[in-house]
Amino acid sequence: MADALVQVPGPQARALVEAPLVLQVERLSVRLGGREVLHDVSFGVAAGELTGLIGANGAGKTTLIRTVLGLQPASSGALRRASVGYVPQKVTLDPDLPVRARDLVALGVDGERLGTGWRSPRRRARVDELLSAVGASHLADARVGTLSGGEQQRVLIAHALAREPQLLLLDEPLANLDPPSTQAIVRLLALLARSRHMGILLSTHDINPLLPFMDRVVYLAGGLAASGTTEEVVRSDVLSALYGHHVDVLRAHGRVIVSVADEHREEGCDAPEEGDATLHALASAPQPSRGDNEGTADAGCELSAEDERPTP
Amino acid sequence: MTVVHAIFAPGLFTNGPVQTAALISATVALVCAPAGLFTVMRGQSFAGHAFSDITATGGSAAALAGTGPLAGFVVMGLAGAGLMGALGVQRQRGRDLVTGITLGAALGLAALFLYLTSTASSTSGTTVTVLFGSVFALSSSYWPVVAGLGGAALASMLVLWRPLLLSTVSPELAAARGVRLRLSETAYLASVAVAVALAALTVGAILSTALLIGPSAAGLRFGKTPARACFWAVGFGVVSLWAGIVLAYDSYDWPPAGRGWPVSFFVVALVTGFYAMAQMLGRAPARLRGAS
Repeated sequence: MADALVQVPGPQARALVEAPLVLQVERLSVRLGGREVLHDVSFGVAAGELTGLIGANGAGKTTLIRTVLGLQPASSGALRRASVGYVPQKVTLDPDLPVRARDLVALGVDGERLGTGWRSPRRRARVDELLSAVGASHLADARVGTLSGGEQQRVLIAHALAREPQLLLLDEPLANLDPPSTQAIVRLLALLARSRHMGILLSTHDINPLLPFMDRVVYLAGGLAASGTTEEVVRSDVLSALYGHHVDVLRAHGRVIVSVADEHREEGCDAPEEGDATLHALASAPQPSRGDNEGTADAGCELSAEDERPTP
Repeated sequence: MTVVHAIFAPGLFTNGPVQTAALISATVALVCAPAGLFTVMRGQSFAGHAFSDITATGGSAAALAGTGPLAGFVVMGLAGAGLMGALGVQRQRGRDLVTGITLGAALGLAALFLYLTSTASSTSGTTVTVLFGSVFALSSSYWPVVAGLGGAALASMLVLWRPLLLSTVSPELAAARGVRLRLSETAYLASVAVAVALAALTVGAILSTALLIGPSAAGLRFGKTPARACFWAVGFGVVSLWAGIVLAYDSYDWPPAGRGWPVSFFVVALVTGFYAMAQMLGRAPARLRGAS
């Protein structure tokens, strides 16, 4: 952990000069099936920065990313972005497909072009370089479907990097990863953002793995968004205004717990038991060592519901 | 010498229908390999089978109209491809349902056409030819048509290779890359329709799926990449067809004497044999992991 902070400059080390924006979203609203999923959302992503798109399931994270990609039309608002790379949510890679990691990355280089493509030393070198950039050189000849979740995520990131995008969008890349893989992927993304001077927007329902590396946060709730640094946004008053009712933000051992009142339970993340949710979240909160919460059913689920206000 | 003669009966290589059959079946195997490969990789074997049933309808309609079966195979197959592409059902369950209903309707029509044809001409030969085929029955005048149609389908698969592969791996990744999914899917289905029509010409409409799917499924067990799997599939297909032709030619000396066994039986039996062998000998995906 300490090593990583030395290698990867965190938010503290950011240049004072404002980096150019690679994504600018202004007063964006999106309707899906008659329902306004996003309302007046505004934020920017700067080159070289890692931005977390935080929100519970159903908060509109995927809709926002698809709108930025141009796969989903906006009902109003403006959107400007630089060239983009994309890692979709829940890509299921079939282990029976004879597609190696290097083949998937090669499809990132020129997969939409017609023809079969010719093998060339240049293409191969480019694929090797991309795999090495994500620390997956040793996986080059393995079938992608047989790789672990974290390994697949690295290969998908290499695929998305193939065209040197200035903006990288990742939809829930940390879902279904164990804590060590989660940490490794977040660290890799922070490193890529700095070294390639690329803006990264990463959606997740759990803010905690991002805290040491994230430059900015875009917090989605009830179709609205708040954006800024973690200190500016993840506060009781800001999030209460966002949710439209009282929200507690608790900090313990470098972790954040956002606690949403019970009648708005559906906006929190899927807490397993009615009354136990808060206690559970608190119990799993102080866990500086890895693997502590591996056995718990909702490890990493910090947007919990509560009945009473807890005392930290 | 006697062993060689027992396998390659005298006159085999100089026999006109055998030469035509060998040429046409090699072309068909070449066209079926890439089309079948993507059908297997995309999990659309059921749709591939639907094409053989739709093709049976076309062939029986052509027989009723008194034209050659190939026109019926191709026209109905392409119509089916257009329909499936237009409906564009992406979810597996919905796709299987639409496919199942379509093929049921197609076979119902085939039953009607075949009934009308056999009662009109009082032969059951048409039914057997359309449904089970005979590569020996093809005259050499078919070759240019087969080469032209097959060449077009093959070229289309090679042109679409990378976008199709990307959308096979993940439709989302392909869409984000600007691949027009509906268009490439429809063009691919049209190639499958032509491949099935040509397979129907050689082994019959009902058995054509075996020729589409079997060699490719076996090839996928051996090839480490789609391209290599495709080469294996061509090999399995050509060997199955050619060996089937040799065996069928030999079978004229087998009991019941003087009639010969249907070539389609041998071809499909060999395809099935290759697939079974590939399942046993081919590397399992788990063992294909790289250096890790």
